[in-house]
Amino acid sequence: MRYLELTVGAVLVYNFVLSRFLGICPFLGVSKRLETAMGMSGAVIFVMTLASALTALIYNYLLVIPLPGGVTVHLEFLQIILFILVIAALVQVVEIMLQKLSPPLYKALGIYLPLITTNCAVLGVAALNAKSGNSVLDATIFGAFSGVGFALALLLFSSLRERLELADIPRPFQGTSIALITAGILAMAFIGFSGLC
Amino acid sequence: MALFIVAALAMTVVGLLLGCVIGLFAKIFRVETDQRIELVTELLPNANCGGCGKAGCADFAKSVVEGENPPGKCPVSSREAISAIARALGIEAGGEFKQVAVVTCSGDHSKMKTEVRYNGVTDCVSASLIAGGPKGCAYGCLGMSSCSRACPFGAIEIRNGLAVVHSDLCVGCGKCVATCPRGLIKLVPADAPYHVFCNSPEKGPAKKKVCDSPCIGCRKCLKAMPEKMTVTGFLAKVNYSAPAPTAEEIAAAACPTGCLRAALPVKKEQEVSEVVNG
Repeated sequence: MRYLELTVGAVLVYNFVLSRFLGICPFLGVSKRLETAMGMSGAVIFVMTLASALTALIYNYLLVIPLPGGVTVHLEFLQIILFILVIAALVQVVEIMLQKLSPPLYKALGIYLPLITTNCAVLGVAALNAKSGNSVLDATIFGAFSGVGFALALLLFSSLRERLELADIPRPFQGTSIALITAGILAMAFIGFSGLC
Repeated sequence: MALFIVAALAMTVVGLLLGCVIGLFAKIFRVETDQRIELVTELLPNANCGGCGKAGCADFAKSVVEGENPPGKCPVSSREAISAIARALGIEAGGEFKQVAVVTCSGDHSKMKTEVRYNGVTDCVSASLIAGGPKGCAYGCLGMSSCSRACPFGAIEIRNGLAVVHSDLCVGCGKCVATCPRGLIKLVPADAPYHVFCNSPEKGPAKKKVCDSPCIGCRKCLKAMPEKMTVTGFLAKVNYSAPAPTAEEIAAAACPTGCLRAALPVKKEQEVSEVVNG
């Protein structure tokens, strides 16, 4: 049951974009074409999985520091600033490594990686993991499926937008305004999944 | 107090550590890049149109530096830009003559009848799939902006239901050619002034029924300048490998439907960019 919530729940019920309203910037920014949306989705899944594993590790094991005098210091209040720092550094390192080790993968994900270093969806998944006290394994699963949820929303939305480009839209609604309206309707459709798990 | 000190210390340590890690990785996984590729990329137009057959300008720059393509293979760059690249690399410019696109159809709303009302997706391919499209001529321009949407330079305008190329903006990348379901767009030498604005292979009377300005295959132009024109079936074509027809020869040919003519001088309008971006 727990894993159902971490997987199906993260993709459909508590979808990051459409239910939690996190990561709206890339959702609107790179959804004009399906091709770029695919690249972005891949990068987000990749980074979210890695980031949740690493931040869960830090949150669970490194934020309680015992001092020599028998006092323990709780640094949980530093989580947000620490997570941003760690995620940004992680993405940077991964980017450098990809460039050397796998040029084709770098070419596919390369330009999107720096865009999501401080994406609120990535930070959000780390913060949610910390809040619900997930173990490292649970956090990694939740991160990966949250990424899949983001990818699903982005791919659906970009396909819709490609169609919208051809549609005969009244002038005041053209461009971003119809995109936002579409996003709202899509989010309403996703409410239908609530209660699934 | 201890909390403050520990927190500050922890952040400092983490920051320093991460900085060192990134620096270290950057050192270990250094990728040597050719400085010249960047230089050439800067000199290219960076419109990433793909007219050269490569995936964007950076890719083309790489192939130029590696000697796979001459700089002149870029159909978009001006002569000066190309020779600047050649000079920077110390190689031959190599060149192809400049081409521009031409939409070989005259059938705007004033000349061609629209026989049915089309309410579907505003896209030429979609429209052409349904019973030969909304216009009378099954070979003519559908005017639904498929080509102008594809143009990275905003050089195609839909004017009164007919796609018109702005030859001053067109760079001849050829992206539009593939988008036209009717195959109306041709790449022609940029200095050729006259074209036949019809692409229908049907018989003259059939064309005349639906359009005011078709090529009816009367061969008057062929008589006036035999080596500069070719006529196949009921359709004349300008022979672009011969010297371009002069104004006198065009006057002598006196095309009865006004189908053999110069490309209309078109003015860029505000509306164009909206069509392209919309």
